[in-house]
Amino acid sequence: MTPLAAYLLVSALLFAIGFAGALTRRNSILVLVGVELMLNAANLNFLAFWRYGPNPEALTGVMFVLFAIAVAAAEAAVGLALIIAIYRHYCSSNVEDVATMKG
Amino acid sequence: MNFIFAILAGLTVGAAFAAMTLRNLVHCALCLTVSLIGLALLYLQLGAEFAGFVQVLVYVGAVAILILFAVLLTRGGEAPVGRITNSLGAGLLVAAAVFGVLAWAIIGSSALKALPKETPQPALLVKAVGDKLMGEFVLPLQGIALLLTAALLGAVVIAMREKSSPAGVAVDSRSATRNP
Repeated sequence: MTPLAAYLLVSALLFAIGFAGALTRRNSILVLVGVELMLNAANLNFLAFWRYGPNPEALTGVMFVLFAIAVAAAEAAVGLALIIAIYRHYCSSNVEDVATMKG
Repeated sequence: MNFIFAILAGLTVGAAFAAMTLRNLVHCALCLTVSLIGLALLYLQLGAEFAGFVQVLVYVGAVAILILFAVLLTRGGEAPVGRITNSLGAGLLVAAAVFGVLAWAIIGSSALKALPKETPQPALLVKAVGDKLMGEFVLPLQGIALLLTAALLGAVVIAMREKSSPAGVAVDSRSATRNP
């Protein structure tokens, strides 16, 4: 197996773990943690392709990772603020309790 | 290199798995931190020093602390009662299917095999990163600055205390923004 394929497999495993957590956990903070893991798996993919790809001096992968980290930080801040606002309203951080709009 | 990669990959994936399966939310947040540190070390292993240090600074330094604060503010640190997961079988099935498709695509890909097996480690200078950020990528950089400002203001407005409204009644945005 090439090193690139090994990195991609680790990244796919990380993505699958984050995805499973985001789908199955009941606490909304852990759903957000799962989303963060998926974003980090994508970042690992960018860097692996930058390192083993054909044109590393263009620095495209590193630039993409820097911007993705900034966007993910903004997402985490807004997401946690939403979770705290929902907790204050419903006194629960369980995703199943927030079902006011359920038909 | 392979041995180090195996250790780092095991650390990262194992900590991520623990973060998604443990019952106590504080333990989950700490395992997430370990997983993020492992990812930063993998970035260093790939030769992207700047991205690795940014990962430590932003994720380990800020996002992990933010998640810990959210856990403590929502009283999630108390031991949970009852089940911690919901529709476990279906979720695991979907995630396993996604991983299967990804792994099948990676292992069976002919484009990956066409790439050279070992390439020399590219020299990544921070100066080159700065030149790129201030030259070619200056417009996205300004966009990110705008986005972070908007996210900061948005997070403050969203998390601001609702003004003594009865439960179930949404306060209008004017009364929420009046008192800082």
